[in-house]
Amino acid sequence: MLAPAILGLLIFFVYPLIASVYYSFTRFDLVSPPQWIGLRNYIYLFTQDPNVWQAAGNTLWFVVVLVPVRILTALGVAWLLVRAKRASGFWRTLFYLPALVPPVAAVVAFVFLFNPGTGPVNLILRAIGIQGPLWFNDPAWSKPSLLLLGVWVMGDVMIIFLASLLDVPQELYEAASLDGAKSWQKGWFVTLPAIVPVLVFSVITGVIAALQYFTEAAVASSVASGRATVGEGGGATLGYPDNSLLTYTEWLYVRGFSNYQLGYASALAVVLFVVASVVLLVLLRRVRAFTPEEAS
Amino acid sequence: MNRPSPRRRVGSFLALATAITLVASGCSAASTSTTIDATAPAKLTGTVSFWHFFSDREAKVVQSVVDDFTKVNPGVKVDVHSGQDDEKLKKAIAAGNSIDLGLSYSTDIVGNFCSSGAFRDLGPYITRDKIDLTQFNKTVRSYTEYKGTRCSMPVLADDYGLYYNKKLLAAAGFSAPPKTLSELKKMALGLTTYNADGSIKTLGFNPMMGFYENAASHFGPLAGARWLSKNGNSAIGGDAAWTELMTWQKSFIDAIGYDKVNAFTSGLGQEFSADNAFQTGQVAMNMDGEYRTAFIDDQTPNLEYGTAPMPTADDHTNLYGGGYITGNIAGISKGAKNPEAAWALLKYLTTDTGAIVKLSNGLKNVPTTADALASPDLAVTPQFKTFLDIVANEHSGTTPPSPVGAGYQQSFEDFWHKYQSGSGSGLAAGLAKVDKDIDASIALTTGP
Repeated sequence: MLAPAILGLLIFFVYPLIASVYYSFTRFDLVSPPQWIGLRNYIYLFTQDPNVWQAAGNTLWFVVVLVPVRILTALGVAWLLVRAKRASGFWRTLFYLPALVPPVAAVVAFVFLFNPGTGPVNLILRAIGIQGPLWFNDPAWSKPSLLLLGVWVMGDVMIIFLASLLDVPQELYEAASLDGAKSWQKGWFVTLPAIVPVLVFSVITGVIAALQYFTEAAVASSVASGRATVGEGGGATLGYPDNSLLTYTEWLYVRGFSNYQLGYASALAVVLFVVASVVLLVLLRRVRAFTPEEAS
Repeated sequence: MNRPSPRRRVGSFLALATAITLVASGCSAASTSTTIDATAPAKLTGTVSFWHFFSDREAKVVQSVVDDFTKVNPGVKVDVHSGQDDEKLKKAIAAGNSIDLGLSYSTDIVGNFCSSGAFRDLGPYITRDKIDLTQFNKTVRSYTEYKGTRCSMPVLADDYGLYYNKKLLAAAGFSAPPKTLSELKKMALGLTTYNADGSIKTLGFNPMMGFYENAASHFGPLAGARWLSKNGNSAIGGDAAWTELMTWQKSFIDAIGYDKVNAFTSGLGQEFSADNAFQTGQVAMNMDGEYRTAFIDDQTPNLEYGTAPMPTADDHTNLYGGGYITGNIAGISKGAKNPEAAWALLKYLTTDTGAIVKLSNGLKNVPTTADALASPDLAVTPQFKTFLDIVANEHSGTTPPSPVGAGYQQSFEDFWHKYQSGSGSGLAAGLAKVDKDIDASIALTTGP
């Protein structure tokens, strides 16, 4: 009964993982036979790669800023929507709707909206006497600009929080009220423990997505650079401006498919896998302490 | 029933996984040897799987030339796959997909495709069919081979020159385009206008590296700058030409102010749209490829513009008339099922004057053979003529094929971007670091 599932696991997870580890110790360009070079790729990664630390730093920024901001915003909006007395369906739809926009279309629209010269955002700011920043064209503002996009499309997280908040038993709130709990105490001692599993799920999936952050950054770089093309790849514009949007997975892609260093790209992938596994293990161990079962 | 111990199970599993890995990796072994029939087949038959990157209107142009080929060779069916970029092409070749002929938009793949065997050595076909390679100029020949292995043929070329807005130049009192970089800077500053708040209204020439076609590769031939030395290592830091070009470009930006130029550039339209800053008149002079003539004809036909070779560095005026050349290249895949028919199609696309002229007229790219360049059937406007002259000029240059693709160019441009904004290290130290990074990357691919 389990054979198809195990076969799928072996083909689509175990084999690629083992193959990546093997290739990470080789010189491999996808066409020629791989040549064993021991730790050479890893030594290059940690001592010679000119962009890997910047790419890792950019990715870390998305993990520690984008993920918490998105989750807190989604939680806050869901909390407000639970309390909405009128037109709750309208508001829920309104906040969820951006999540339905395909990522590429959303980024293209955002870059045009925030175009420093012709975008409506800076035109409005200019009308009220504020000189808007260069947004996606400024290395200091490019990541915060993507953060705004990430918050705009937080409907996918928000809808899960909304369901979770609506699922908290009313009896618990009533019991807390009888015990004289204030609003913040109900939130801390009733709501939060009830939604912890959903919160953990959101954090874990959010961290994994941030570690693999690629599409939004790549499209933003391509469009903001003014050199967006169709059919000729986007390798030349990845990271624009000044590598401020160069993420770890983008760098992996460049080394693998633009520089034909698939062996080295595999080493980058293995390091990412190890880092992600360690981060998630630590996260799970720390979060377990807050679950109701552990508390009891 | 004996159950295997957990340790044995893990061992068996690892052995199985290792075997799968080794078998799979063994399957991808390349075979670069090419053995062919002593004479070309009298009659071609079978199917040719032809992958290229063109789409929409351009794909129709390619299809019409393929149709011409199949009319002459009725026994051959060409299965055309349009819209396939280089990465898909290489992945498909590596995976053993049935690709006979692949056409790429980038000469940067040649080093890797030749050395890895992704594209076959065309030498035996060229020798057997007595193809005269001197019909292609030296630069075009150089970017279609790697270390003596010719694995690709040129399918039209792109070259880069200066576009100038005749009205704006005349209004500022200029009657001819600049011929040196100093003249370009002086004219551009004179053509630049400002808004009341001090921001740029129109720019004479945008010096920002990364703006549209402002790439290091396109500037290099203006001073005869070298990329790689004979041993394959970076020659950038040791070549005074790059220092000269970068110093000129930085002084140009500083004359206006980096923040002003950056703010202006950030607000410009997309390069491949009707909002292109040269087409809208926001930039009076611009470096661009010959294909821009087709965009202008289509999107802004009333624009009064001229074209000229790019100005050269002040102490390299002998190079005037040349420029950067690159182009599309095509080769026969290592796993080609019908290599003879693929070669026949490749030969037709790259050496048949009628086919080349038809492609050039349709795609608005520059032909690469001497006969096609001189063909009376070639549609040539005065603006397009400039680019035919550039491709034929002996001082035109290109970027050398490398096993790391365009990786060495990207490393250099990363530093140039920092340098122009003033955030990078000093020029000499920065270029030395660029050399070190490029050499380390190439060694990772080619080293012992």
